[in-house]
Amino acid sequence: MKRRIYGLETEFGIIWTPDAPRRKTLTVQNVVMYLFREIVAGRMYPDVFLENGARFYQDIGCHPEYATPECDDVTELVAHDKAGERIITRLASTAERSMRNDGFYGKISIFKNNLDTPGNTYGCHENYLMERHVDFRQLASKLIPFFVTRQVFAGAGKIKPSYRGYYAISQRAEHIREEISIGTTTARGIINTRDEPHADREKYRRLHVIVGDSNMSEFSTFLKVGTTGIILRMIEDNFIEQRFALRNPVKAIRDISDDITCTHPIELQNGKRLTAVELQWQYLECAKRYLEQAESDSTTNQIMARWEYVLTCLESDPMQLDRELDWVIKWKWLQTYLTKRGLEWDAPQVKHLDLKYHNVRQSESLYYALENRSETERIVRDEQIRHAEQFPPERTRAKFRGKFIKKVNEGKVLCGVNWSYIQLYEPYQILYLSTDPFKPEFDEASRTIYSI
Amino acid sequence: MSTEKQQEQVNPPVDETEEIELNVKSSEMDEEFVEDLDSLLDEIDEILEEDSQEFVENYIQRGGQ
Repeated sequence: MKRRIYGLETEFGIIWTPDAPRRKTLTVQNVVMYLFREIVAGRMYPDVFLENGARFYQDIGCHPEYATPECDDVTELVAHDKAGERIITRLASTAERSMRNDGFYGKISIFKNNLDTPGNTYGCHENYLMERHVDFRQLASKLIPFFVTRQVFAGAGKIKPSYRGYYAISQRAEHIREEISIGTTTARGIINTRDEPHADREKYRRLHVIVGDSNMSEFSTFLKVGTTGIILRMIEDNFIEQRFALRNPVKAIRDISDDITCTHPIELQNGKRLTAVELQWQYLECAKRYLEQAESDSTTNQIMARWEYVLTCLESDPMQLDRELDWVIKWKWLQTYLTKRGLEWDAPQVKHLDLKYHNVRQSESLYYALENRSETERIVRDEQIRHAEQFPPERTRAKFRGKFIKKVNEGKVLCGVNWSYIQLYEPYQILYLSTDPFKPEFDEASRTIYSI
Repeated sequence: MSTEKQQEQVNPPVDETEEIELNVKSSEMDEEFVEDLDSLLDEIDEILEEDSQEFVENYIQRGGQ
């Protein structure tokens, strides 16, 4: 398939717990300041690009946010997403040391999830660079049924009150209020209309997806982004016939999330009723037909094989996917733990463990306890993640940015950096624009930088 | 007679020993599994060493995007 630029932005939840109980705690704002201290080095605002091409900054609501560099391969994206977890983990250890020096003894917890205890939400946003020619209304109507139903493999799972059935598939579903909206902090939509391509606007649009959950499972991330990329390609090539319009997509996304058997039928505009899995099969069959006439590649083949495997399992018994999908892995181990320890679903320990699944610090994390015992399916190797922590992707403009940041960090140049430009200050006074994110380097700027 | 011989050839006693060995292996694996599960549950207990009630109640963020 044709190349596409992918990116993931993750807002992390963060809290500091003092060693001695009932001691005064630090505010989230203060903890985030300590977290950034090591890398902001004198900048006014905690917002930096890193040597691997990624951006790390403080977002709305005081959340540290990691935005991966531009990747043109989904496997590579998974490695870069995981690299973000490792980077923030290291920063947390450094921050704890500085805090101890200042007399604050305690522990920072960092969660890659989408909910706090009272139910405030924060997001994981996917970004897909798309061809500009696609009509946005068409795009939205073809995507909505896909986004409503893909949670059956992309959901991160959450405990809900016992009178509502203990457990739901998705963390974000309940916070989606509109079909199409520009809002990201209120009235969130299944389709978000924000469109900053950070590239040539005539050629590209950016699809900013806010409907999904943050994933711990590499498999879930891979499938979530991979299947979406294939659907978008079919829409760009005008291959999808539209037949799946839902009667009430906002209600459907919640109903599907509330049913861990994945058998609840949802109503289509034409009166038909299909389950989320049946609807996903329709998309998969369409993708198979598409790939009979379009060029495929090894990543696409892996996405297709896993997509089919997952739908086959979901159809017979979703709980078979207890090594692959976040919501099932977590359900299985919460269930096992509470049974063995004689607890109920609403016990504080179980809610605590739900949170701990998403802790990115490995010694504090249920997910990593499982991964370290090979209880989860991996997509990338640890070496690939370590590499992604230091080096940008080779085939996109992130490569150029990463090399540049390295020079900056060596103290050799003064500059301003953003996704699509690099500005050299004194004595060079040059602005380099990069309007094509597929280009790994642009000649003039590279020559200047390598000559410094 | 000839069919019996053939059967003997198809089903030599070696198979039985293999089966027994397999059974032994699988019960060892069961024990191993239970031990693994117990040690994982212990590990989870350690992960949850703080006061769960307090931790969960304190986990409050501002809404993000």
